[in-house]
Amino acid sequence: MQTFRFLLSRLAKGILVVLAIVVFDFVLIHLAPGDPAAVMAGESGATDEAFVQQLRTKFGLDQPILTQLGLYLWGVVRLDLGFSYRQQMPVIDLVMDRLPATLLLTGAAFLFSLTVGVAAGAWAAAHKGKPLDRLITTIALVFYATPLFWMALMAVLVFSVWLGWLPAFGLREVGGEANFWERVLDVARHLVLPAVTLGLFFTAVYVRMTRASMIEVGRQDFVKTLRAKGLSERVIQRRHVLRNAVLPVVTLAGVQAGQMVGGAVMTETVFAWPGIGRLMYEALLQRDYNLLLGVFVVCAAMVVVFNILTDLVYRLVDPRIEVSS
Amino acid sequence: MKGFWSRFCRHKAAVVGLIVVALVLIIALIAPLLYPVSPWKMVQRPFLPPFANPNFPLGTDTLGRNVASGLAYGARVSLLIGTVSTLVALAVGVPIGALAGYFGGWVDDLLMRFTEFFQTVPSFALAIVLVAIFQPSLVSIIIAIAIVGWPPVARLVRGEVMAQRKREYVEAAILAGQSDLTIITRQILPNVVSPIVVLASLMVASAILLESSLSFLGLGDPSVMSWGYMVGAARTVVRQAWWLSVLPGVAILISVLALNLVGEGLAEALDPRSARDAA
Repeated sequence: MQTFRFLLSRLAKGILVVLAIVVFDFVLIHLAPGDPAAVMAGESGATDEAFVQQLRTKFGLDQPILTQLGLYLWGVVRLDLGFSYRQQMPVIDLVMDRLPATLLLTGAAFLFSLTVGVAAGAWAAAHKGKPLDRLITTIALVFYATPLFWMALMAVLVFSVWLGWLPAFGLREVGGEANFWERVLDVARHLVLPAVTLGLFFTAVYVRMTRASMIEVGRQDFVKTLRAKGLSERVIQRRHVLRNAVLPVVTLAGVQAGQMVGGAVMTETVFAWPGIGRLMYEALLQRDYNLLLGVFVVCAAMVVVFNILTDLVYRLVDPRIEVSS
Repeated sequence: MKGFWSRFCRHKAAVVGLIVVALVLIIALIAPLLYPVSPWKMVQRPFLPPFANPNFPLGTDTLGRNVASGLAYGARVSLLIGTVSTLVALAVGVPIGALAGYFGGWVDDLLMRFTEFFQTVPSFALAIVLVAIFQPSLVSIIIAIAIVGWPPVARLVRGEVMAQRKREYVEAAILAGQSDLTIITRQILPNVVSPIVVLASLMVASAILLESSLSFLGLGDPSVMSWGYMVGAARTVVRQAWWLSVLPGVAILISVLALNLVGEGLAEALDPRSARDAA
C-alpha cells in the first residue's frame, strides 16, 4: 500500500516535471529563428504571401500565444509532438521509429558499464594502495577525461579500419535470407563498438564510485567484527563489503542512466546508429527545430520514467530505505 | 597558505596536472605570436602528414591549414569557454544555493525544486537544443554550458551553508544585528570557499569536454578554431588522415585530464574530509 502511494506521488511529480519541460520546449520553439509558416512555404517551393497566411491559419500560428500553448499541450497529451516539415512526417512517428535502436544501445552500454565498473572498482578497493589499484584508478581517470566522440572515432579507426574485427557503421548488414540467429548475431556484432564506447565514460564513473563506497563501508565496525571473527579477507570483501557498497552505486547509476541518452547523440552520430541520437543530429544539420525539440522532450520524458523505475526497484530491493520527499 | 602548498605538492599527479594546465595556458596566450597567420588560412598542400615538413611539424588538414596553429588557437577557445562558463555557472549556482541553505523552509523548497528540474533534464541534449535555437556563438555556448552546469553548485553551496547556519558565529552575527545579506556574503560564504573552488576546477574540465562535443557536432562558434571542430571536420577522412582526428583529441584528453588532477589535488589539500565526499 505504501509502495503504491509512493509510486503515485512519484508519478505525479514526474508528470509535473514533464509538463514543465513541455512548456519550456514551447518557449524555445518560439525563440527559434524563422517563421515556421514561412519555412514551410519555402520547403514546398512557394513564397506567395497568401499561401503563408493560409498555412498560419491551418497550424494555428495566428492564434494568441496562450491558445497556442494550450493547443501544444493538448497535442503532447495525445502524443502529437508536431510535424517535421523537412521529413514530411509527424515527429512522434520519426521518434518511435528510432527509439528501439537507442534503447538497445543505451541498455547494452548501461549493463556493460555497470558490471565492468562495479567489478573493477571492487577489485581496486580490495587492493587499495597497491599497483593494481593505481592501475585501475589511472585507467578510469583517463576514460573519464576522454571526449566520447573521440573515443568512438578511435574505436572505429583501431578495431574497424586497422584491425578489421568489427563493423563500424549501422545496425545490420545481412539480407532477408538470413535466419533469426544470424540476424541477432549480426546486430550484436554491430552493437559492440558503439555500446562499449558509450559505456566506457560511465564505467569510469562507476569504478570511482564503487571504490569509494567499498572503502567507506570497509571502515565500518561490522567489518572489524568480521575480521575478529576470523573470516578470510576474500569472504569479507565479497560477501559483506561489496553487498553493502553496491546498493548506493546502483541507485546513483540509475539516476545517471538518463544522461546516457545525451551521450547517445555522439555515439550514434559516429557509428551511424539509427537511433534518436542520430535523429537529433540530423534535425540539427537540417535546422529542423520541431523535430529537434520533439526528440528533446522524448529524451527528458525517458529520464523521468527511468528515475521513477530506479526509485521503485531500489525500494523493493532494500526495504530499509525510507523514501523521503 | 604554506601548508596548503606543501599538501598540494605531496600529490605528484596534481603537480604534473598543474604544470600541464600552465603550459596549455601559455600556449593559448602566445598563440598569435607563435602563429601570426590565421589558423583558417591555407598554407600548404592538403593532407600533409606530421613530421614531413619542418615548417608544419603536425601536418596540414583537408584544406591545407596548419594543424599546429589550429591546436594553439583551439587552446584559447577551450580555456576561455571553460573558465567563463564556470564563472557564469557559479554566479547562478552560488546565490541560489546560499539563499536556499540560509533561509530554509519554502524558499529552500522552491529553489530546490527548480534546481532538481534542471538536473532531471538530460544535460547534453539541453545544451544542444539551447545552442541550436540561439545560433552557435561564443556567448550562446557559454550560456548553454552554464545552464547545464549550475545545479551541482547550488546543491553543494546549499549543503555547506546549511551546516554553517547552525554554527555559533552565525548566531552571534544575527544578535549583533547584521543583515541577512551581510551574514551570507561576509560571514558564511568565506567559510565555504574551499569546496566551491574544488568543484569549480572540475567544472572547467567538464565544460571543455562539453564545448568540444558541441563543436564536434557543428555547434561551435563558426568564427573561432576549436579542437572539437577539428575532430569533427576530420571525421570523414579518418581512414586517409588519422592524425587529423587523433591530435586534437589528444589535446582535449590531456587538458581535461590535467584539470581533473588539479581538482583532486586541490580537494585533498584544501579539505581532506569533505572533498572526498564531493568527488
